Amino acid sequence: MILIGERINGMFKDIGKAVQEWDPKPLQEWAKKQEAAGAHYLDINTGPNAEDQVKTLKWMAEAVQEVTNLPLCLDCTNFDAIEAALPVLKRPGMINSCKCEQEEIDRLFPLAVNYNAAIIGLCMTNKGVPKSAEDRTAFAMELVANADAYGLPFEDLYLDPIALPVNVAQEHAVEVLETIRQIKLLSNPAPRTTVGLSNVSQKTPHRPLINRTFATMAMAVGLDSAILDVMDDMMVDAIATGRLILNKDIYCDSYQKVFRQHS
Amino acid sequence: MAVQIIKERNTGKINTVAIGATKEQGGTRTSIVTVGGDAALPFLHFEGEMPHKPVIAMEVQSRVPAQWNDVLKQPFADVLGDPAAWAKKCVDMYGAELIYLKLSGADPDLENQSPEECVSIVKNVLAAVGVPLIVVGCGNEDKDNVVLPAVAEAAAGENLLIGVAEQENYKSVVAAAMVHKHNVIALTPCDINICKQLNILITEMGLGLDRVVVDPGAGGLGYGIEYTYSILERGRLGALQGDKMLSTPVIATVGYEAWRAKEANAPASDFPAWGEQSERGVLWEAMTATALLQGGVHILVMRHPEAVSLVRKNIGALMVPQAV
Repeated sequence: MILIGERINGMFKDIGKAVQEWDPKPLQEWAKKQEAAGAHYLDINTGPNAEDQVKTLKWMAEAVQEVTNLPLCLDCTNFDAIEAALPVLKRPGMINSCKCEQEEIDRLFPLAVNYNAAIIGLCMTNKGVPKSAEDRTAFAMELVANADAYGLPFEDLYLDPIALPVNVAQEHAVEVLETIRQIKLLSNPAPRTTVGLSNVSQKTPHRPLINRTFATMAMAVGLDSAILDVMDDMMVDAIATGRLILNKDIYCDSYQKVFRQHS
Repeated sequence: MAVQIIKERNTGKINTVAIGATKEQGGTRTSIVTVGGDAALPFLHFEGEMPHKPVIAMEVQSRVPAQWNDVLKQPFADVLGDPAAWAKKCVDMYGAELIYLKLSGADPDLENQSPEECVSIVKNVLAAVGVPLIVVGCGNEDKDNVVLPAVAEAAAGENLLIGVAEQENYKSVVAAAMVHKHNVIALTPCDINICKQLNILITEMGLGLDRVVVDPGAGGLGYGIEYTYSILERGRLGALQGDKMLSTPVIATVGYEAWRAKEANAPASDFPAWGEQSERGVLWEAMTATALLQGGVHILVMRHPEAVSLVRKNIGALMVPQAV
């Protein structure tokens, strides 16, 4: 299970402020904290208030890489910003994200291939998120076909079926689970799957419990990675335990600790 | 249409461990042995590199091994009472790449050799041969906890592989290895979960994983070797998938396991259909070794020179890369 730490995002107040003031310290602190907590990738997102996203995302990548060797997940809707940041990555990164729109695919897939980067493909279009697993899977298939056409290895394609908040879109979660199961059958080797985990619990008073329950259920049907709050210890413990139950990691008494030491 | 060969993409690999130190490195060895580094299942050269071949360590004991049968004692009849001469014969005549010195004479129920006597035996063996040394205790925990630190100190700089560390008794040998810069054998009898846990406990004391070799507690041919194989395979697959705590190279006491089997010891008069005892014991040891090689053992501890020679030939053949 690949954990993508979500915390270096301008939506959070401390990061938003740091980005506006060009202060690398808060970014670097969160990079170190998330690495210690078990993150495999660090998501970086300028947030909505950055004046110049192209300049900012690149600066954020450089600042974070001063204190960690973890690969980065470039999270931005401004594709020029992603294109500017990719060359400064020390290790192959991840592009977050590409909707199932041919225009976006044609822009981003060649970049991913060129920089050996992975890319998150969203099972949605500009029209929004479909409800059924069938429609989500159809978008997934289109992204897989494009990966094949562009020569992007299937293991570098992370398909996100899009989790929606369970308090307002309860009927979606079960469709998401079914989509994950079907995505893993689309090709050999199978594409990878990912999900923005914290979405599922938005605006409920039980966020950690809902998040980790969803995470372990999704792992059982083939979830390979998630963008999540890696500082949530019980979440990471639940994921480590899920890997044992699925026989992905070999049990030992210190398994929770070992799971965090992977990188 | 061209056939596409599906190859596993492994994310992890086995650690390398170097045993022995030359003069430039602060020791007195004339050669060093490096094991591990494998990036695929054993001998699947087309899937990943296997930079170091498996090696054979020949076993020498610090007392005359009275319990060994005559077939096994015969090649060493002139040296059994002198560990240094025994080791020299293993290297000079039989090409041993390492010597595995078992301080069996330290056992309080046998000769009860003192730590000083053990140190002197180790020093004599070091002086007699140039290959790296593996030194293990007699198996009595209390005695080993006194003997092994003394040996580690006396042989500081030689970069020994010493053992054994076990789940209930690992601290003194690990501490001795850390202080005097040696490597450690971590023994767990056929239990992958405890094997992993013991590696964690050892690294938490501060010894690097690149200084640990695990002994999964082999079963001999006909006596549970299939369990050992499963453990080896499980551990190797875990390591290749990135489990660092299972990516330690493996040692197996092949000779010990094979030569205690009834098939290696029963005279032909008891079981005429089994054939000559002399050939049988040698083959039992060689077959145990070749089976364990397929599981991914890096250091084979062996006894009979003829078995050693057969297995060396087998390793040579297995290390030839296959085209796929």
